[in-house]
Amino acid sequence: MELHALRAHQLRELLDKGEISSVELTKSLLARIEAVDPAIGAYLSVREKEALQEAEAADRRIREGRDVGPLTGIPVSVKDNISVDGSPTTCASKMLEHYISPYDATVVARLKAQGAPILGKLNLDEFAMGSSTETSALKLTRNPWDLERVPGGSSGGPAAAVAADTAVLALGSDTGGSIRQPAAFCGIVGLKPTYGRVSRYGLVAFASSLDQIGPMTKDVRDAALLLAAIAGHDPLDSTSIPGEVPDFAAELDKGVDGLVIGLPKEFFGEGIAPEVKDAVLAAVRVLEGLGAKVQEVSLPHARYALAAYHMIAPAEASSNLGRFDGVRFGHRAKEAEDVVTLFEKTRQEGFGLEVKRRIMLGTFALSAGYYDQYYLKALKVRTLIRQDFEKAFQQCDVLATPTAPTVAFRIGEKWENPLEMYQSDLLTAPANLAGIPAISIPCGLNGEGLPIGLQLLGPALGEGLLLRVAAAYEGATGGVESRPKPRLEVE
Amino acid sequence: MYEVIIGLEVHVELSTDSKIWCGCSTDFGAEANTQVCPVCLGLPGTLPVLNEKALEYAVKAGLALGCEIAHFTKFDRKNYFYPDLPKAYQISQYDLPLCRNGAVEFEVNGETRRVRIARVHLEEEAGKTVHSGDNIMGSEYSLVDYNRGGIPLIEIVTEPDIRSPEEARLFMEKLRTILLYTGVSDCKMQEGSLRCDANISLRPFGEAKLGERTEVKNLNSFRALQRALEYEVRRQSALLDAGEPVERDTRHWNEQQGVTISMRSKEDAQDYRYFPDPDLVPVTLTAEQIETWRSELPELPDQKAARFMEQFGLPKYDAQVLTASKEVAAFFEATVERFGEPKTVSNWVMGEILRLIKEMEIDIEQEPIPISPEGLAELLALVSKGTISNNVGKEVLETMFKTGKSAAEIVKEQGLEQISDTGELEALVDQVIAENPGPVEDVKSGKEKAIGFLVGQVMKASRGKANPQRVNEILRQRLLGS
Repeated sequence: MELHALRAHQLRELLDKGEISSVELTKSLLARIEAVDPAIGAYLSVREKEALQEAEAADRRIREGRDVGPLTGIPVSVKDNISVDGSPTTCASKMLEHYISPYDATVVARLKAQGAPILGKLNLDEFAMGSSTETSALKLTRNPWDLERVPGGSSGGPAAAVAADTAVLALGSDTGGSIRQPAAFCGIVGLKPTYGRVSRYGLVAFASSLDQIGPMTKDVRDAALLLAAIAGHDPLDSTSIPGEVPDFAAELDKGVDGLVIGLPKEFFGEGIAPEVKDAVLAAVRVLEGLGAKVQEVSLPHARYALAAYHMIAPAEASSNLGRFDGVRFGHRAKEAEDVVTLFEKTRQEGFGLEVKRRIMLGTFALSAGYYDQYYLKALKVRTLIRQDFEKAFQQCDVLATPTAPTVAFRIGEKWENPLEMYQSDLLTAPANLAGIPAISIPCGLNGEGLPIGLQLLGPALGEGLLLRVAAAYEGATGGVESRPKPRLEVE
Repeated sequence: MYEVIIGLEVHVELSTDSKIWCGCSTDFGAEANTQVCPVCLGLPGTLPVLNEKALEYAVKAGLALGCEIAHFTKFDRKNYFYPDLPKAYQISQYDLPLCRNGAVEFEVNGETRRVRIARVHLEEEAGKTVHSGDNIMGSEYSLVDYNRGGIPLIEIVTEPDIRSPEEARLFMEKLRTILLYTGVSDCKMQEGSLRCDANISLRPFGEAKLGERTEVKNLNSFRALQRALEYEVRRQSALLDAGEPVERDTRHWNEQQGVTISMRSKEDAQDYRYFPDPDLVPVTLTAEQIETWRSELPELPDQKAARFMEQFGLPKYDAQVLTASKEVAAFFEATVERFGEPKTVSNWVMGEILRLIKEMEIDIEQEPIPISPEGLAELLALVSKGTISNNVGKEVLETMFKTGKSAAEIVKEQGLEQISDTGELEALVDQVIAENPGPVEDVKSGKEKAIGFLVGQVMKASRGKANPQRVNEILRQRLLGS
């Protein structure tokens, strides 16, 4: 097998035994990107020179046996809304097309400290606003399983790259499902951690109270490794959770015997494609076969989650995106006659349609006279949803649901209809509102050979539990090796 | 004649070493845009982390102003676009301010006035813009310095309890004194670390309803505050007299022209779309923490003045003058500790020392008083022992201020010891009697007032060193036989 197709824990062994070097591995990935990415369009920039230098440094560390961590020498690719010092951080927006970040995000600093080369920056919906990566102002990303389909979004670049073997490991960000839905669409593993588990410092904010960075990987073990590398309290992020990070990898082999898996009935209702529902229920039966108990539960307020999400997220975004005014960095309109015109023209030219739509929605929701009716009401719904989950987790250990209502849709299919596009977040946004962790893992293909995702949700700080259940399912279904892979025409 | 109603919004920069959300220095006067980092420039992806010292200082300011301190408080975003505001929102506090319900008392013409403090909240300072023209819209270009952006700031809002422009100034002076005592700010109006906006309205005496108010900005000194409000009183009075309405607006004080100019009307009022900042967690303060900070507060001006009256028997006036500056109060007390006689020391400090400080333009908040309490105590001892006269003492004090030499040194060098030796004095008196037959006759014929002239002549002949009391005695002996 080619190096680029291997998983991080396999590469770790090869690197430690001295059978391969990080430079070889990095070169293999660079070659793969060159061969495949023109058709996929996952990468917005590749750090060829820097990544090779970082790989060389990692090789020295491994040779000298100095400070070798689980990811030393294993390249990681990151979504292009995560800051990397000296590299572009475009958020797939014209606004930041030529912006170079002067600092590392905490997650990037932690990876670099462990000696993981940062391979490149991956496409996304503009400022992470979208569910198909089609709102990217810089590139179209295609789904490796079917190039006429979207990879999902907003972390469509990371999902497509991991699926196409142009990335071993990737970091995405998830505000309403942006890690899990593309993971489901591209047949990979995507984990949204508990809010505050991973530092947001350096992640360009979309909706600050919902955003989390998380791993997007080929299998569950890799997700555990990557999460362990980035998790933990960060003094630069006031919302990051203090305390020790558990050994996630140690949870993987504990099995599911005796665990109670809840099926929230509201997540299997209207709008869910039958093929998706069937695949998810089949996956639940596998877990049942492994000794888990299955029980129906109810999250009565879940039906309001999407409405609350589309009030809270744009409200925060409208404030977070104010800083793009053309004064200090990013796009600046030419020939503005005064400062107000500078602000207006800069934002008119720099932001795309979806971003503008959300800024307007959010501005409205926070306006005097509407605040109580919209924003405050949405916050109350949020509290009710959080309480629903708390009650559910008194009865069961994890919840199982579909990740997305459908498989990957066609490029352009939902572009004209934002409300339909927003339905993509139906099953994922509740976890963001409640701040709880959730993972999406592949659970088979539909009749057209397109991946379907199983979503598992756990209580706050329950990532270990989610990884344990996910690993049990993955193991019982023959692991990654037995899973079909996308067949790329370019090969 | 109308009743004047004034409320103030005072902004005070806290003198923490670093900014409120990042580690950048807060030093004043550095080269533009050198004390900045990704956080205070609002670069994409950065997050604020609260400087605990800023919280402590804000609470201490609130405690010093007699406020209740919130046990639960939070930060909110105030959204608006301006080039000096890097994030396009100011992190401030909206509905749950850190401190509420305080009061400041001060004297107006011998009467105690009390102005209630509605709230004190913590927020961040914006950067500083410099325009090539008069204002940002009329300028070819504007420059921004973000060094100031992110310095911790408290906003103190009074109730509309102030009744005249003079009261407004006296309130601000007292507020400044209190804050300087606590040490949470250097309160330099010229550098902008203390500034205020004023809301002012007029109503006929006896009317319960408030009149329409205007807000006056750019009040950069106590003088500007009083003058601008006096101008507004005249302007609004003239409008009301003419039966015209006062328009609610925001006005800019133009110091050169001595007028306020309308900047924007009520219709232009912005919607700041306040909402809780999701990047910061709410702040909870335990009663224990608040009490610890309260116990760390120094004695405040009013407490100190009361103690000076009680402990030293000083009149209220003296106590207030001395405590108006914590440096002066400390100097006074240290001198009394060494010399005793509080009223004597008070007279010297309030008279000579404050006069010299003013004449020599010494900023005692920035530089030490040129003489030490030990030095003054030594000088007062020389006066009290009669080594030098009171008047010579004043001259010696001035020399001490200017040269830094001790009183004893100066007296010795210049030979200023008072002549009390009877033989020496008698010789001088005899000489003066011989030279001034006319006045001598006047004295002898009963015009005792002339004796003052003769004493003066002896003092002159002795170059001020003669002990005037002894001279008087000897003259009386010689001329009147008593």
